[in-house]
Parts: sequence; structure tokens; C-alpha cells
Amino acid sequence: MSKKQEQVSVFIMGKKFMVPAASTIMSALEYSGFQLKRGVGCREGFCGACATVYRLKDDFKIRTGLACQTVVQEGMLIAQIPFVPAVKPVYDISKLEPTITIFKQLYPETFRCLGCNTCSKACPQDIRVMDYINAVERGDLAKAAELSYDCIRCGMCALRCPAEIGQFNVAILAQRLYGSCLAPKSKEMIERVEQIRKGQFNEEMAAIKATDKAALKKMYYERDIEPGESV
Amino acid sequence: MTKLLYYPGCTLKADAQHFEESAMCALKELGFELQELERWNCCGTVFSLATDNTMFHLAPLRNLLRTREEGGDKLFTLCSMCYNTLKRANKLFNEDPEKNDKVRKAMYEEAIAYDGKTQTLHLLSLLRDEVGFDTLKNKIGKGLNGIKLAPYYGCMLLRPDGLGVDNMEHPRVFEDLIRAMGAEAADFPFRAECCGSYQTAQQPEIVAERTRLIIGSARKCGADAVAVSCPLCAFNLDQRQAIAARLHSDFELMPVLYITECLCLALGIEFKEPWKAFHYAPVDAVIRKMEKKA
Repeated sequence: MSKKQEQVSVFIMGKKFMVPAASTIMSALEYSGFQLKRGVGCREGFCGACATVYRLKDDFKIRTGLACQTVVQEGMLIAQIPFVPAVKPVYDISKLEPTITIFKQLYPETFRCLGCNTCSKACPQDIRVMDYINAVERGDLAKAAELSYDCIRCGMCALRCPAEIGQFNVAILAQRLYGSCLAPKSKEMIERVEQIRKGQFNEEMAAIKATDKAALKKMYYERDIEPGESV
Repeated sequence: MTKLLYYPGCTLKADAQHFEESAMCALKELGFELQELERWNCCGTVFSLATDNTMFHLAPLRNLLRTREEGGDKLFTLCSMCYNTLKRANKLFNEDPEKNDKVRKAMYEEAIAYDGKTQTLHLLSLLRDEVGFDTLKNKIGKGLNGIKLAPYYGCMLLRPDGLGVDNMEHPRVFEDLIRAMGAEAADFPFRAECCGSYQTAQQPEIVAERTRLIIGSARKCGADAVAVSCPLCAFNLDQRQAIAARLHSDFELMPVLYITECLCLALGIEFKEPWKAFHYAPVDAVIRKMEKKA
């Protein structure tokens, strides 16, 4: 490329850097010489490791995003949030009942929600966070699991919450309880687990283990994704 | 069938499921279908009276906004707490320009701005103003003739003045409804006494003493049961009878029924078995008596 790339100025932890206008926050950080050890993960917008807080020039609003997905803008003020300390009790999911009582015991602060909706404003995934917290508050775990499905545990909701709720961990519990106790059981899954237990696939598995990498790759890309279901 | 946009509140999904179900059964018989708001959140629980806490008003206002989003201008409630909080938040929104400005700014992320036009409608107002007690009486006929119910208002249905479902000092909507059901309304001096409210969480003994007074008064009036419409009153007057009985050996249990459970019985709708488990003081005897009448 002969033409010089357009540059914008951004402020990383308060210090000004010139970066290519088309870069994501993550590539802007690396372009500016930061070596990322924490606050970086899949680089594809799935893992939630690269939560970023930023403001735009002449705008009072606190904004959030994933560094790997958000494109820089002129005058952007950027800070990385590599870890969010949140309440995280230890529990044995197999011993829990899918009731509101469990949340009262493990995450009592859930019930301090004021309805301010700051959590939803903070969510880079556009999840209706307050709505799923309210679903938990009234014991509707199916709704809570459904609404929080896209959560990537970046923790921005928990950091912004004036009631100090750890929403994303509450969501995990709701999803686990929904999955283990409430969701309809798959008949095929139960049959398949039984077949595996009986050793029906042992020979096939041994054969796969003995296959070399190139052949394995070919097998992988040629596999039937939904055997018997394809039309 | 008239559809009503309905705000349940948390208690009707937890400890007062029988209130919701009995209301739905009775209202269906009267031509109303409750359509739950697609999105709703906590009502705010208690209307905050501090001057600097605008944030507490966001929860109720958001529910009123959802009503507008779903194309309604009336929001039907059963719980007195929700009714009170929603209605007062709306008044604040419409009458306090400074707070109006603050809450609107705090809700900038909402798809539409709230216009202050959602009216909160309580069950008792609906029965009185839209169904009409004469119509109800004609439909029910003899109904619960020979049954005496003690109507218990509590505070949230009536106060503050001007926002309640009836005159704050001399309410009659509950009594009128009971008469429309064919029953007798006990002239019950403790009908608007405080039940002890949320003291029940911190110091249940305080509430148990209130319960003893209120239930005792109803008993002296010869009531077969106390009729309530507020889930917190219901909890305090019913569940706290356990402590009252423990503290006072002469205390006798008395059934506490939601007015909608009574209405079901008056309309000849079966009292569903699962509703019984929500009650502390046994209800079997009084229900049998009421079923026989209706």
C-alpha cells in the first residue's frame, strides 16, 4: 500500500496514541505497543475476556464493549477490565432444586435490584440483564436462562450495578438449574449415553485414535453433522 | 372477553399463586381475561419517600412504560403493594417536573419515552366501576348467604388520600363486594389497622401481636373468615397466627381468604386443592360451609 492509512488519536489509560482508524480497540492496544497477557482471549467476540470501558469525545455516557469487536473512534478514552471480582459461592448443582429459595441462599443480593437497568445499558451483548434478574426474583428460571443465553461473563453488569449484584454468576446458576432440572430431556441423548456406556463405539474410537492427522482432518470436514436429519 | 393488561408482581408468582389463579378464574367468569405484560420488573416494592432517591422510582415507571409499549393505557393489578407503588410513581412523574426530568434522563436507553399516561387499575375498582356490584349480585344470586366475612383493607389500598381505591377514612368497597357475593360483611373495627407490614421480616413477634388483635376482633364480630386483598396482609394475618398461637394459649386460628377465593366460591367455581397448601390456618371447614351455600 502506497497510500498512508488514516489515523485517529485514542487515549489508552489516559495516554494519547495515534492508531489506524479501522482498528479494533484490541489491535489499537497492540499497535501502540501493549503486550496483552490478561484481557485477551478468543479475539472472535465469544469469550468475554476483553471487556473494555470507554467514553467518546464530548459524550458523558460510559460505554462498554469487547476490545476485539469494537472499532476505535477519534478521541476515544479507553480502559481495559481484565477481571471482575464477583460473588461466586461454591455449590453442588446435583443437590440443588430449581427454586427461588436457592437464589435467596446463594445470591441474596439479587433481590436488592432497584430496576435502574444500568446492567442492561452496560451489556456489550445487548442482553436485557435487568429482565433476567427480575425473572430470577420471581422464580421464572426458564425465562432467566433464555434471556441470559448470550452472556459471555465479561462482568460489566456486575461492575456497574448500584445494588452490587453479580448478575453473570446468577445467570450461570439459572442456566445450570434450567438445563439440569427443567429443560425437556432429549431421548436421543439418553440412548446415546447408554450406547457409549455399553461400549458400542469403542472399536470406532480406537480406530480414530490410530488415524494420522491428515486423514483425521479429511474425516472431520466430511462428517455428517446431523446424521439421518439431512434433507 | 375483555382483555386486561396485567401486572402480577413477584408475590403472585411465589407465595400468592392462589391469589392470581383464583382472580383469573373469577374474572374469566365475569368476562375478563388477564394478559400478563410480556416484559415486567419489580414494582419497586415500597414507594420511596426520601427526597434524593429518584432511582427508586425507575422500577415502577418502567412497568408503566412497558404498558404503553404493549399498546395499553391501563395496567391491572391484584397486589395492593404493587398498586400503591405504581400509582404513586405515576403521580410523582406527572406532578414533579424536577424528578420527571431526572427519571426520563435515566431511562434514555428505552425505545420510547414514557408519557405518564398509564392508569393503574385495581381488582376492587374493576369490580365496582366496570362490572358493577348490582350486576355482580344479579349474577351471583344467593351466593354466600349465611356466611360472615370480615373485610380487611390494610393500608396500601386506601392511602394516601386520593390515590386509594376508596375513601381513606370510610371505605365501603370491600363491604359492598362482600354483600354482592351474598355474604354478610362484619362491622369490623380493625379493618384498616396496620398489619405490621415488613416488620414481619425483622421482628415477626410485633406482627404476631397485631395479628392476634385483628383476628381476635374479627372473631368477636362473629366472622367465619377474614377476607383480604393484599398479599402482605394475607401473609401477616395468616402465617403469623403460628407465632400468635405460640405466645398466647387462648388464641384460636381463623381462616384468612383472598377476596378472589371468596368470589370464586360465590360464583360456584371450585376451590382448587393446591390453593389450600398456601394457607396456614386451616380453610377446609369454612370452604365446605361456603360451597354448601353457593
